[in-house]
Amino acid sequence: MTTETTVAPDTSEAQLSAAIAAAAGSEAGPQIGQRQLVVINWSGSYDKVMPTLIMSSVAAASGYRAKVFLTFWGLLPFVRDDKRITGENWMQKMLSAMQRPGISHLRMSQMNFLGMGPWMIGKLSKQYNVASPRELLEACQLMGVEFLPCQMTMDMFGLKREDMIEGLGEPVGAATVLELMTEDHTASLFI
Amino acid sequence: MTAETIHSTVDAKGLSCPMPIVKTAQHIKTVPPGALIEVLATDAGSVKDFAAWTRSTGNAIVEQDQDGTVYRFVIRRA
Repeated sequence: MTTETTVAPDTSEAQLSAAIAAAAGSEAGPQIGQRQLVVINWSGSYDKVMPTLIMSSVAAASGYRAKVFLTFWGLLPFVRDDKRITGENWMQKMLSAMQRPGISHLRMSQMNFLGMGPWMIGKLSKQYNVASPRELLEACQLMGVEFLPCQMTMDMFGLKREDMIEGLGEPVGAATVLELMTEDHTASLFI
Repeated sequence: MTAETIHSTVDAKGLSCPMPIVKTAQHIKTVPPGALIEVLATDAGSVKDFAAWTRSTGNAIVEQDQDGTVYRFVIRRA
């Protein structure tokens, strides 16, 4: 779609840039509703869930359709905080025992210091007013980010619907995500 | 100073990315189209962020200034 803007011959460089930006800006508006952000949230650690939640909440706040696929470790933060042990068999239960699920119990991917890491990040966050993962998740939910759980991960880790927080979409698989990622005007992230 | 009245204010002072943008997006949904809101923020990164956000959403920054550490944006809802 082209826009015609007439510019006088003696227009300065700065005015020319402004005219171009204005013309481009007026075209960008309607397109934004078509833009989409797809995040494959594979990681479950504190420092990796943060960018997933930040990017998707800002995408939704900017009018994009934001969809987050929760797979493997990345599904565990979306188990309800009050569920301590999940799973059917001993391995699945041991998994949840050793790595507590839930958005309020995340570990750092490095420098976890046996739990001191998240505690320190918590203190730094309070000091510099950085939102916690739980606050960011609430922001995502308020802004309408869609969270899609991975069916395969739910099966493998023995997670049921009732173990998970409210508001998640229906479980999907790789083919659905692949299709989303290859739609027009879509940016994808693997975190 | 704009002569039109500001409908409401979003106080995002002291908040870090992404909260200034997210709070503004949440709030602007509640004001009538064409209304002006004022956003106050101390996050230096928010200057570029609000420019990008208004380009993305079609809202417009009508006025922008800085008083010490506080950035002030007056934004018109599209």
